[in-house]
Amino acid sequence: MYPQDCRYTKDHEWVRVQGDQGTVGITDYAQKQLGDVVYLELPELGRSLKAHETFGTVESVKAVSELFAPVSGQVLEVNSALLAKPERINGDPHGEAWMIRVRLADPSQLAGLMDAAAYQAYVDSEAK
Amino acid sequence: MANTSGTLRKTALNAAHRALGAKMVPFGGWDMPVEYSGLIAEHLRVRQQAGLFDVSHMGEFEVVGPGALAFLQRVTCNNVAKLSDGQAQYSALPMPSGAPVDDVIVLRRSGEHYLLVVNASNIEKDFDWLSAQAPQGCELRNLSDDYALLALQGPKSQSILQRLTRFDLPGLKYYHFAEAEVDGHSVLVSRTGYTGEDGFEVFVAPGGAEALWNSLLETGREDGLLPAGLGARDTLRLEARMCLYGNDMDESTSLVEAGLGWIVSLDEAKGDFIGKRVLEPQKKSGTSRKLAGFEVVGRGIARHGYPVYAGGDPSGSVTSGSFAPFLQKSIGLCYLPTSQLAVGTEFEVDIRGRRVAARVVPTPFYKRSQ
Repeated sequence: MYPQDCRYTKDHEWVRVQGDQGTVGITDYAQKQLGDVVYLELPELGRSLKAHETFGTVESVKAVSELFAPVSGQVLEVNSALLAKPERINGDPHGEAWMIRVRLADPSQLAGLMDAAAYQAYVDSEAK
Repeated sequence: MANTSGTLRKTALNAAHRALGAKMVPFGGWDMPVEYSGLIAEHLRVRQQAGLFDVSHMGEFEVVGPGALAFLQRVTCNNVAKLSDGQAQYSALPMPSGAPVDDVIVLRRSGEHYLLVVNASNIEKDFDWLSAQAPQGCELRNLSDDYALLALQGPKSQSILQRLTRFDLPGLKYYHFAEAEVDGHSVLVSRTGYTGEDGFEVFVAPGGAEALWNSLLETGREDGLLPAGLGARDTLRLEARMCLYGNDMDESTSLVEAGLGWIVSLDEAKGDFIGKRVLEPQKKSGTSRKLAGFEVVGRGIARHGYPVYAGGDPSGSVTSGSFAPFLQKSIGLCYLPTSQLAVGTEFEVDIRGRRVAARVVPTPFYKRSQ
């Protein structure tokens, strides 16, 4: 169910790697937990992120949730269309609602993340 | 029903909520639905068509006897003598300080028979408080477990409910109630609510609640009726500038400071009541601070507990704040010094470390068109 070409964190972020770059967003499980998303804060271009560092916040009507960088890297692009329409996170969390694209500082970090099957199992156990 | 096990209490509709796929949360010791199809969808549906809420967790007390009116005049702030049979009023139980123990609705069934509807989180506190005020010539009974409560709210609520009862609903005025037979159940129907829309609160025996809930959803389908949860209930009441006890007022805020001077009656017929000594001068001369409505001018959502700075100085915190789904903006309530209350006055809210501009606006933020 979760895209095979991504890696996943325990905080429900996904990263899709293409060459030395990674695109980051939050998962379908995360958007369901949040409810209707109404506000999003994302980092500035050029910012250097360390893995596990907060890179923004996503807010639903009822809750504020921090966004944690799955990998270290420099922010190359920010999805500004998403900033204007954060509700897309509920509609297409794995596609249209990508949040940032980074240049990976250390591709070896990917090995420490879950693949789609492991993430599915993780989510299933969280739901219990 | 004492809850000693630490598990959450359930209303008669718990299974129905779960069957509808509701997202359930603990609320005041109860297992309650926060949303079903989505908070924003439910909120908009109530404003535009109708939504159905389970508020059975709320409390109901009965005050019966020849001394009932005198007792209620003493322990509430509004004038109970104004009520005729079948009429209700918004009120509060004041402390000597003028701060409320709770806000309540008082319903007069007859001159010697009243019903009080109280907040779910305050049932025990309110009952203990009222018992301690030594009711004379009347009996105070906690009937909370004898009632389930369904709130049908929205412009379509009358046409939906009318299909299930022969009782003439157009003849039932706002803040009036009546005994009626709805879908074969003997109920109380009250034209009251916590959303700022037209609507009805239906008091039914818990044993009949699920059948009535299902009948309402079934018959309401053609009008777009949706089940709605506590999430939408909170955003709806905020847009209508209705206070939430525990957030916007508590035992440290006087009723006048909370903007509820309009339910504090100084009428001669009302007589003396707990807290009058403090509330009367406050009504007449004002208070140093007051609950104000605001809109966020900058970017962000101001939430409960976020620090407020008025004129550069700390001024408490946001009491209630949210993104308002119908108004499509961030709104909230906070206590401001009297000098900073004029509509248009700008101040700041600290949103997780960032000072964001906010502006005092008139309330209610939303008012339904008649």
